[in-house]
Amino acid sequence: MKPSRFTAVGNWILDRFPLTNLWNDHMAHYYAPKNLNFWYFFGSLALLVLVNQFLTGILLTMNYKPDATLAFDSVEYIMRDVNWGWLVRYMHSTGASAFFIVVYLHMFRGMLYGSFKQPRELIWIFGMFIFVALMAEAFMGYLLPWGQMSYWGAQVIISLFSAIPVIGDELALWIRGDYVVSDATLNRFFAFHVISVPLVLVLLVLLHLIALHESGSNNPDGIEIKEHEDENGFPVDGIPLHPYYTVKDIVGVGVFLLFFATVIFYMPEMGGYFLEHANFIPADPMKTPEHIAPVWYFTPFYAILRAIPDKFAGVVGMGGAIVVLFLLPWLDRSPVKSIRYRGGIYKKALLLFVISFLALGYLGTQPATPLATTFARIFTAIYFGFFLLMPLYTRWEKTKPLPERLTDHPSLEDRIPALLETFDEITHVVPVQTESGTATRRKLNPEGLARVLGRLAINLKKKFD
Amino acid sequence: MKNLILILLLTASTISLASEKLELDSADIDLSDNKSLERGAKHYVTYCLGCHSIQHIRYLRIALDLDIDEKKMLKDIAPEGAGIYDKLQTAMNAHDARKWFGIQPPDLSLIARSRGADWLYSYLKGFYTDSSKPLGVNNIIFPDVGMPNVLWQLQGEQKPVYKTVEGKPALEKLVLAEKGTLSEKEFDQTVNDLVNFLVYVGEPMQLERQKMGKFVIFFILMFLTIAYLLKKEYWKDIH
Repeated sequence: MKPSRFTAVGNWILDRFPLTNLWNDHMAHYYAPKNLNFWYFFGSLALLVLVNQFLTGILLTMNYKPDATLAFDSVEYIMRDVNWGWLVRYMHSTGASAFFIVVYLHMFRGMLYGSFKQPRELIWIFGMFIFVALMAEAFMGYLLPWGQMSYWGAQVIISLFSAIPVIGDELALWIRGDYVVSDATLNRFFAFHVISVPLVLVLLVLLHLIALHESGSNNPDGIEIKEHEDENGFPVDGIPLHPYYTVKDIVGVGVFLLFFATVIFYMPEMGGYFLEHANFIPADPMKTPEHIAPVWYFTPFYAILRAIPDKFAGVVGMGGAIVVLFLLPWLDRSPVKSIRYRGGIYKKALLLFVISFLALGYLGTQPATPLATTFARIFTAIYFGFFLLMPLYTRWEKTKPLPERLTDHPSLEDRIPALLETFDEITHVVPVQTESGTATRRKLNPEGLARVLGRLAINLKKKFD
Repeated sequence: MKNLILILLLTASTISLASEKLELDSADIDLSDNKSLERGAKHYVTYCLGCHSIQHIRYLRIALDLDIDEKKMLKDIAPEGAGIYDKLQTAMNAHDARKWFGIQPPDLSLIARSRGADWLYSYLKGFYTDSSKPLGVNNIIFPDVGMPNVLWQLQGEQKPVYKTVEGKPALEKLVLAEKGTLSEKEFDQTVNDLVNFLVYVGEPMQLERQKMGKFVIFFILMFLTIAYLLKKEYWKDIH
């Protein structure tokens, strides 16, 4: 049969470009473990948010003016006079925060299941570079609206470079292009934000994915599925990424979009955390705001900076808090990857780490009172303790025996009946008198609640042993 | 573990204590109340526009959003000589402003977003007589503010009542010393209309945004349902 013209064009391309191979290697014949749970949504969601930032960012640059006298007004012009400008701007500003939420959860997944451990150290390293590039991208993007917080936040962060001995002041001057944050700074930050850093980000994402597809995805059991292959050389416990994980990730996308749209349409400022109130005042170099706080995603590191009394030591501490994450694959000496088979010490250490990270994040948004500083110091010590003591406690602790093959765990949907039962237990139906007669209403049942909480506590305790 | 929880509880309680602030009166914001917004616009032009511009909105946009006839907008609300396509510019020039007040009074396009409705409401009601200040008034919410009480004829004159805290006098509350042309309730309504208008001006599309949100979320829910069923179908053989 003679091929149709359409097929002929397709074949012409396929003869000259390895599209089929690429598709098969990375989608249709790329085998992922079949037990990936909801923690594995955040990788594809990060990619989605990246695309969102690119598309909305391109639209924003069409009306934004990188000029100190025009920038603030041009953002308001986008918000008011550009068709759908407000939507594009809120998608971009909410997307920035969503990016960090998704990436923090993605990194936490790695810490839960040991995804950074041998043979995936490079994936983690590339991922960490993505995180650093993302922080640079967010920091420079935040200057562009040219509000008070944009301006003074940048002023504070750039002045940190001047804490470096000998070259510090010159370096800060070189970064700003002026003695204070000014039009020159705005222009170069715009250039970095829309061209350089996005290019670096795309390259790093590619490296991250190529490295991932070389060693294959880790899984909640932390064992290698490649060790059990069928007669065709495919892992027995693996399933092709496409269509299984593509259709699954679309569900994740739906849930994510639900949250994302709720923020965009109903709380775009997110109580001053996504868009800070003071950033609705145009930048004024003559007037320092009372309280300068970075956006929420930088606050854990900002709290570490402020917790250390000496300025240079603080900068080193803040940098160290990120550098130490790079070293994670070599700090962890545990023979097992997944938290499921680790001993109690790592679980408790990780819990302490999460608590201190969140607490530092909160403290970073608050004024530095002596009490807050004391707490910031305690949590900073825990933050670094988690990493620096890791070689010791991960080697000491007794791990549990690893399974031969992937294990079955109830998924979120399997747990829905149990959740409904619990809801039944903590509430009871009570008749209430209304104007039109008696009706029944569900009320909280304290006895049931106590029972459930008791069970929960026992389960938690078991889980942490 | 117990110690940890204790520490956390302590942190939460002490830090919240540390940030004690003056209690704000809450404004009653209803952006669907076009009549209130229209009154607010009128009050704004009468009492505020003399010094404070709103350069990010035009009379036309207000007329369209609040369902006011364009002719009525120019006749009843906009100052004389203003065109329908004009932004809400102040007649006072920057040079005079600096000479009279020391600074140029800020543009109020986004004041509701940076300060919040309750703050504005309390601020506008918070002026009191203080002869030590150049303008003869001070403000309970914004001490030493360089703005006169432009609503004094409506509100009347407020005097402060002090109490002693740790040996020092502290402002406790304000009492009306001399009645204005409006009753207390009418005045509150006037200020509320004004704040309502400023909240609208801060983000003119917010009603549209909330209305659209329902459709978007409904669509995402439909999408999610289909995606979930599709996933179930594909995964039914995976065990």
